Amino acid sequence: MQSSIEIDRTPATQYLLRVADTCLILAQRLGEWCGHAPVLEEDIAMANIALDLVGQARALLTRAGQIEGRLHDEDQLAFLRSERDYFNLTLVELPRGDFAFSVLRNAMVATWMKLLWERLSDSSDAELAAIAGKALKEARYHQQHSADWVVRLGDGTAESRLRIEAALSELWRYVPEMFDCDEIDEEASAMKLGPLWSDLKPDWQSEMGQILSEARLSAPKESAFQSDGKRGRHSEHMGYILADMQYLQRAYPGGVW
Amino acid sequence: MIEAPTETTQAARVRAAWDVLDTVLDPEVPALSVRDLGIVRDVLAQGDALEIILTPTYSGCPATEVIEHDVLAAIDAAGLGPASVTLRRAPAWSSDWISAEGRKKLAAYGIAPPHVLAVGEAVPIRFFGRGRKHEVACPRCGSHHTERLSAFGSTACKALYRCLACQEPFEYFKPI
Repeated sequence: MQSSIEIDRTPATQYLLRVADTCLILAQRLGEWCGHAPVLEEDIAMANIALDLVGQARALLTRAGQIEGRLHDEDQLAFLRSERDYFNLTLVELPRGDFAFSVLRNAMVATWMKLLWERLSDSSDAELAAIAGKALKEARYHQQHSADWVVRLGDGTAESRLRIEAALSELWRYVPEMFDCDEIDEEASAMKLGPLWSDLKPDWQSEMGQILSEARLSAPKESAFQSDGKRGRHSEHMGYILADMQYLQRAYPGGVW
Repeated sequence: MIEAPTETTQAARVRAAWDVLDTVLDPEVPALSVRDLGIVRDVLAQGDALEIILTPTYSGCPATEVIEHDVLAAIDAAGLGPASVTLRRAPAWSSDWISAEGRKKLAAYGIAPPHVLAVGEAVPIRFFGRGRKHEVACPRCGSHHTERLSAFGSTACKALYRCLACQEPFEYFKPI
């Protein structure tokens, strides 16, 4: 049994891991749709978006390992950390739910990622800026595709509308975590590594507002609930998804295809 | 006695390497060579070895590693080795880098070539909705009477379309 690695929790490393882990865990959730989506085209779309997210996560984990300076590679960081050392948004670890839940989550996360990548492409870290410049183009497609589905479901049948409304009320409570700022953001912003997440809020609200209004939906009231995955405190779902992801590397250390 | 590489033999070797790269096909879109696709950014003679600079198309493109391997194998087979591949992320690959020749090959292969993007253009959110028509020409019959079926096709770089004139489905290489 392979034991967990210890990571160095410097602000720069944590800032990068928050973004990397958000990509990685959402990719894992989207991968669960493979063979289960309502139509073949969406099965393929979910898997394609997941693949882009895995690629982004790989690049970010590699960079996080270099900045951390303990010679941890992308695989060690992806598979050998303990739960408290993953810093993804809680939103992405929630079970995939129905199709409405997954496409609305994709729209919310892709809109957020697009705005984040735009700003990260001006990072003082040249490698991070290069990763962001590439990922930004991909996130635009993810946002467009999922926004299109939110509109189809919201403006579709009575059943599709019920489903997307339920998803909206379930997911909206995880929004504050996307814009909540702490000393990690402040350090990252001071060293021009990346933006304060709170800076993304006005644009995100405006773009999500456009999508929801096109779907004849309206944004629920901001929730007082504060999820905390970005600080390593996760929902009850995180342990299960990590067990799925980590089993092979834990049981067969260093195993490769 | 082994001669030290001279300027001219190095230049000839780089030129020969470019010709070889014209024969290495993209494993996902085998109508195009890696040169047509615009992912070969440079070939440099570094002392004894060649350095080939590649820019991947998509972050998660599973073909990237296969392409690296195929490029090195082709250079070796042509006797131009040793060589190494360096991946360069910035500037990010754009479908605008597909050569004019590459666009023709795509269309002939049955994939509609991508529209040209203005670099740095901010893309607003667009809503497609059902049945909305797009200005993508069918690669078989040339009709613009086509509709998008899905934003993602058999690979991340393509979307699925259907021609309403000849009824054939086809793929569209997405502008990115």
